[in-house]
Amino acid sequence: MKPKMQVLVAEPSDIIREGLRALLDEDEFVMQAPLRDLPVDMAQRIGRQQPDILILNPTLLNTPPRMQLVSIQQARTSMAVVALVYEYIDPALLSQFKTVLDIREKGSRVAQLLRECCQNESEEEDSYELSERETEVLVLLAKGCSSKEIADKLNISVHTVNTHRKNITRKTGIKSVAGLAVYAMLHNLVVG
Amino acid sequence: MKKHGLFTGRTKMADVVATNHTLILAMPRLGIALGFGERSVQEVCRAYGLPVDFVLLIFNVYTFDDYLPEGDELAATDLGPLVPYLEASHRYYLTERLPHIERHLLHVAGSAGERYGSILKSFFEDYRKEVVEHFESEERDVFPYLEELMRGRRGEKPLSEHFADNHTDLVDKLKDLTQILYKYIPCEGFAEELNELVFAILQLSADLEKHAVIEEKVLLPCIQQLERREGDEA
Repeated sequence: MKPKMQVLVAEPSDIIREGLRALLDEDEFVMQAPLRDLPVDMAQRIGRQQPDILILNPTLLNTPPRMQLVSIQQARTSMAVVALVYEYIDPALLSQFKTVLDIREKGSRVAQLLRECCQNESEEEDSYELSERETEVLVLLAKGCSSKEIADKLNISVHTVNTHRKNITRKTGIKSVAGLAVYAMLHNLVVG
Repeated sequence: MKKHGLFTGRTKMADVVATNHTLILAMPRLGIALGFGERSVQEVCRAYGLPVDFVLLIFNVYTFDDYLPEGDELAATDLGPLVPYLEASHRYYLTERLPHIERHLLHVAGSAGERYGSILKSFFEDYRKEVVEHFESEERDVFPYLEELMRGRRGEKPLSEHFADNHTDLVDKLKDLTQILYKYIPCEGFAEELNELVFAILQLSADLEKHAVIEEKVLLPCIQQLERREGDEA
């Protein structure tokens, strides 16, 4: 059996912290003592607790936020840092996160999203299998949807859609939408 | 880019072909036939009434990946044969290369079974339509406009800003097709046919890549230069 994933949440709202805890199965995720804000010794804390995933509300980052995010990431490079977002955040900052967890995400999707960002971390270079999410994006591309339409349908950001598209191309070697549509047909993902 | 190593007017035609044999396929589009004996590029160009600098431009772009003509060099080059050359290239792709690929593709489609066959055929048909539309739009909007400018007439509206750019897409789609062919089509019993098809596609995609360089780095700057000159005079 796979080891459980260690999750650290940094989020000011009790409601959201407790909500996240309720959505994540104890058999798969271990919730470390959550943080209401970022302590000054954040890097040391990460070094001690060794979380696999840090779910971080970007509004907690002080100025300059990108610098602080870099130092958090450097404290544990294998850790996936996930942005927990419920208001407008500068896209340039969001692009520095491993992935974005939108507060409007379906409850049933949250665990899958975390699983994927950990998988990518360990298998990024050698895996050529498309993840569940990448397959969903591929199917919508094959059906002729734009990145914006896919983002709306899957409740994710356009940036995340584009990351999935890059990974799909890296894994399949196929760039064009027409080529991806053929890939999808040959793999019985859509009806030709 | 340093000039050293590029073909010059004194290079023998036979050496040009020995360095880059794919130029054999580009020469007929310039009207040059094989059988040039020991003659140099300069001598052959004179015999055919072609400007040497223009022919060298084509040969060098097709052969040296990091070679691009600079602004001054381009301005000094006689680009009179550019449009006829590009049109001849379009004809060549449409009447020779695509039908050649199609013949191989139909073979493979016939051997691969109905499901794979129909997917491949429909991809190819869509691709051909796209190529035809792309060429038609250039021949209708871009080439006559350049010829007008070259004759010193004013264009009605600047075109260079609207220059259609889906060259990369045309090349990407061919490369995607080769990926699909050698990764996902089970080819038991017809591997040779499949190889022939893949090579035919790779050959066209390499040619189209250079064709795109000529359109984007020679044709477009040439239009822009003429438009600027026109703007100065106005």
